[in-house]
Formats: sequence, C-alpha cells, structure tokens
Amino acid sequence: MERKLLLRRRMAVTAHLLMCRFCSRYRKQLRFMENAVDRLVESEKEGNPLETTDTYLSPEARERIEQSLRREIHH
Amino acid sequence: MAGNSACFQSTTLIKAPVYPMSTQPTGTDGPLIDPESLVEHYGDILFRYALRRVQKRDVAEDLVQETFLAALSARERFETRASERTWLLGILRHKIVDYVRRVSRERPSENELSPDDVSEAFFDGKGMWAVKPSRWYGDPLRALQEKELWDKLMVCIAGLPERMAHAFALRELEEQDVEEVSQTLGVTSNNLGVLLYRARQRLRHCLEVNWFGERVD
Repeated sequence: MERKLLLRRRMAVTAHLLMCRFCSRYRKQLRFMENAVDRLVESEKEGNPLETTDTYLSPEARERIEQSLRREIHH
Repeated sequence: MAGNSACFQSTTLIKAPVYPMSTQPTGTDGPLIDPESLVEHYGDILFRYALRRVQKRDVAEDLVQETFLAALSARERFETRASERTWLLGILRHKIVDYVRRVSRERPSENELSPDDVSEAFFDGKGMWAVKPSRWYGDPLRALQEKELWDKLMVCIAGLPERMAHAFALRELEEQDVEEVSQTLGVTSNNLGVLLYRARQRLRHCLEVNWFGERVD
C-alpha cells in the first residue's frame, strides 16, 4: 500500500478487488488497523494514551530507579 | 499526521517561550527534578510509552532509568523546555531508537529475509487465499471507542517476532521514515517493506482472533 503501482497494475488490482471479497475485506481491515494505530499515536501526543492503564512500574523497579537517580545526584 | 507533530520532534528540541515550568506542586524550591518526584510523576507514563515500543518490561524499565539519568544531568538546560513531559519523552524516544539499533546489530544479519511461515500461510501456492479474512462483526467505529482494543493490539504487537515488532514500532508508532528505520534495523528499505507487510498480516489475523471473534467463513 506504500508503493505506487503502474496504472495498468492498479486497474487490475481494482478489478480484482471488485470481485474478491476476501481481498476487499482484508483491505478494510488493514485500514481499520491503520486508523486504530493513528488514533493511538495522536492520543499519545495529546498526553492521553488510549489503552486501559493497568500497566505500572513495579515497586521494585521504582525503587531501583530512584536509587540509581539518588546515586547520580550525590556524586 | 497533521498539525501537532511539531511537538514531537525526536532530534530537535523545541524552543519555547519561558514560562512556569510545571503547574504541579514541587513541594520544594525549584523545578520538578528530584528522584522521587520524577519517578512518581513520570515513571509510569514513560514506562508505558517505552513498553508499547519495546514489549519487554525489563528493557522498558532500563530505558526509563536511562531517561531520568539523562534528564538529571541536563537539568540546567531545563528551563527552556516547553513541557517536562514532552522533554522527557523526547529523551526516551532517542533511547528507544538507540536500543533497537543496538539489538539489531547483535542479531545475526541476513541479506535476504528468510521466509515467514506464519504470514505466508494465509496464501496457497497459487497466491489465493488459504486462510481467508473473516467478517469482523460489529461496528468498527464502536470498537474504536473501547480502550481494550488497544490493549489487544499491544498484545498482538508483543507477539510479533522481535525484528518485525521493532520495525512496526519505529515506523508506525514513532512515525520515522523508511530510511531512518531501515538504517536503525540494519536492513534494506525493500526488506523493511517485507517486514512491515508481514507484521500487518500477522496483526490483522491476531486482532481477528483476539478481538473480533472466532473465525467464521
């Protein structure tokens, strides 16, 4: 979908898509995915990422990170 | 992507008018630059951002740590940043790309991509559909209202072979151009195209099975 096809090829693909319902479906589904990914990326830029937010740094990881930061400051 | 992509430069940091750096209470004098505050305010945000791109928790944790360390050592230049979050994310994005580049180097390089049985199984020898895309029932717009959809998408991305996952993350989530991504991964742009094609094939199928229900012909 990122490549430019020659006109004839494009027409052949269009003709195929009119008849092959699986390919049409596939194309729609890929577009849906693109749309979903687009929305995710935009939502991240707005600071409000889409997804249920039950992913957290573990307490151990937090502690480890804080410690390494403290070490960095005091040196 | 239109409009706000200017806020998200990975290589240049924005010059912004100086204004109060943080509307969050610092509790101490000066900017929000002390370990506990950094981790508390931005730890999870950065962690999730990284995890979406690298899939592995331990890697994401290290990247967050490296980001904070870099931020601490650059804190004198902090005042001109438009937003702490944007600035920190900018650092993180660099770290993510560095990580992918490093991991890609350590991978045995292949001039030709080996065949991917999974994505090729969708077609038979004649190029016809062998495993056909099934109907996705329900209103797609409604599906997009549900946050769980993106959780499933992330799970599907995490299920990709590592190089495909990285290719997808850099191209689709980081929105880097083909040349940059090819260089980072150490592949030709043609091969990148193949990797992305395969990734999309697998992801489509994964979403079909895990979100839109069982296959029904």
